[in-house]
Amino acid sequence: MEKILVGLKRVVDYNVRVRVRADGSGVETSGVKMSINPFDEIALEEALRIRERGDASEVIVVSMGSSESQQQLRTGLAMGADRAILVETDGEMDSLTGARILLKIIEKEEPDLVLLGKQAIDNDNNQTGQMLAALWGRPQATFASEVVVNGNSLKVKREVDVGLETIEVDLPAVVTTDLRLNEPRYVKLPDIMKAKKKPLDQLSAADLGVEAGVPISNETYEPPEQRKKGIMVDDVAGLVAALKDKGLVK
Amino acid sequence: MTKVLIVAEHDGKALNSSVAKCVSCASDIPDAEIDIAVFAGDGASLAAEAAKIDGVTRVLQVDNAANEQLLAATLAPQVVQLADGYTHLFGPSTTFGKDLMPRAAALLGVNQISDIMEVLDSHRFKRPIYAGNAIVTVAAPDDHIVVATVRTASYRSAAMDNDAKTRTVTIDADLPTHTRYVELQAGSSDRPDLQTASRVVSGGRALGSADNFEIIFKLADTIGAGVGASRAAVDAGYVPNEMQVGQTGKIIAPELYIAIGISGAIQHLTGIKDAGTIVAINKDEEAPIFEIADIGLVGDLFKIVPELQQALES
Ligand SMILES: Cc1cc2nc3c(=O)[nH]c(=O)nc-3n(C[C@H](O)[C@H](O)[C@H](O)COP(=O)(O)OP(=O)(O)OC[C@H]3O[C@@H](n4cnc5c(N)ncnc54)[C@H](O)[C@@H]3O)c2cc1C
Ligand SMILES: Nc1ncnc2c1ncn2[C@@H]1O[C@H](COP(=O)(O)O)[C@@H](O)[C@H]1O
Repeated sequence: MEKILVGLKRVVDYNVRVRVRADGSGVETSGVKMSINPFDEIALEEALRIRERGDASEVIVVSMGSSESQQQLRTGLAMGADRAILVETDGEMDSLTGARILLKIIEKEEPDLVLLGKQAIDNDNNQTGQMLAALWGRPQATFASEVVVNGNSLKVKREVDVGLETIEVDLPAVVTTDLRLNEPRYVKLPDIMKAKKKPLDQLSAADLGVEAGVPISNETYEPPEQRKKGIMVDDVAGLVAALKDKGLVK
Repeated sequence: MTKVLIVAEHDGKALNSSVAKCVSCASDIPDAEIDIAVFAGDGASLAAEAAKIDGVTRVLQVDNAANEQLLAATLAPQVVQLADGYTHLFGPSTTFGKDLMPRAAALLGVNQISDIMEVLDSHRFKRPIYAGNAIVTVAAPDDHIVVATVRTASYRSAAMDNDAKTRTVTIDADLPTHTRYVELQAGSSDRPDLQTASRVVSGGRALGSADNFEIIFKLADTIGAGVGASRAAVDAGYVPNEMQVGQTGKIIAPELYIAIGISGAIQHLTGIKDAGTIVAINKDEEAPIFEIADIGLVGDLFKIVPELQQALES
């Protein structure tokens, strides 16, 4: 295959314990560490490995969001992507609009494979890849834990509730990644320097002429219900007694 | 008129427990008429089972050889045709529903509401974001169909003493052949299913090996529990991936959850927030799991677990 397109979303780092703003208007994102969505890092790693095996010649990373997403694209270039595309959007974007934007990029770049994360860990939507595959009229292999390239098709192992399902999909196709697909490489300092010279194109969603999806509006945010503070027991006898007390064992 | 269509998940032999949970969720929508769609090779017995779920008006049975395996790419165009005339299209937020529903949503030209945990009214719902660290109230536009997945851990199964009408439906859609099922490697287990078990015992990285994990299985068998694991335990290869509990594994709500040698990372806790009683056994008294545990015991699991198993056996 020729080209692989990879989506990189800028999200609050997975180690940050996010807090809901006191007025319920959203979660606090100012001043918190931002990173590439962990599943997207895995998607990029997989694309790089496919290219390094000689099964593809170019890896393009694309991000939609504010101009700050350039940071994540630069990291992607430092990991080894060949070039980057930033599509600037105003404010929060819904998944359907995201999928429509990616489709416009696909029409232009004609990739053989699109690798996305299975979900963005901020909105936990888990839908962009499936939507893109639908709009594109192409196969989807979601929650991938192994991807094998066989000429014009892929064999993908998927993490499903009952175990591992294998499907075969014709290219071009959309694959979304699960955590066990691979372990992303670390970025080395010289690569960061080299990445500065790699091309990063910037365009706006308006330039692409994308019709915005009908958004689901977010009305209010609240923290989750807290569990009540529990008790500590000293030994197994204490534990068994506490379980009996709650009627959980006889 | 509010009309909800639920896409049934099944394995060809029986309905998945998620179906009756989706019905519970849909029943919370005021004045909703609820239908279930069963896509299968031969769905007669599955449809009969679905017809028993309380609250269901109609079961639509769509038999097609292409539906022997439930692939999102082949199902989505059929679901979209069947959804005509409905105000709501629901599926479970299991891997089946997560794969299929957004594909159908895109074909219908709408966004999906993922993981409904509470119904406020016909177009407003609560759902978790940021691994459950925030709950957002969302509103869907009322001039479009609402496509959503239901967070099954938030709902109890609807009862099974109904006798709804069943109708076979033929759908004339162009089905793609670009996606082909190859095989399924499913862990076979006589233990209670992790997602529906009323008791679950889980082990973490601290177990150290697949062999050591045996003590978790033994304890689970003593109390008739299902078995789960942290991501670290799965990644290390102690147990297969379908046993992972958490943000990217299974979201469960057993009456009793026993976490053994699990630190309590946010992503793990997301999966057990709705458990009745959480018991934590960990040698580190500072482990975050103790912040949410109802009963905590500090100590070495290799000593405690066999002792606990013996105590519960007698
Ligand atoms: C995007 C993303 C998604 C994730 N999704 C999930 C998910 O779905 N589920 C999940 O579980 N994780 C998930 N994780 C990983 C998560 O962040 C943690 O790394 C993982 O849960 C840690 O597993 P653990 O508690 O078994 O291991 P550790 O954190 O290493 O904890 C081991 C614990 O065992 C205790 N211990 C050690 N020896 C003993 C002993 N002899 N007796 C008693 N206690 C002992 C230690 O004190 C420690 O608390 C995800 C991470 C990311 C980035
Ligand atoms: N703004 C974005 N920029 C780049 N990729 C995105 C963006 N939003 C979503 N994606 C891709 O789609 C995947 C699923 O996102 P979601 O459907 O929002 O959970 C992510 O893991 C990304 O690979």
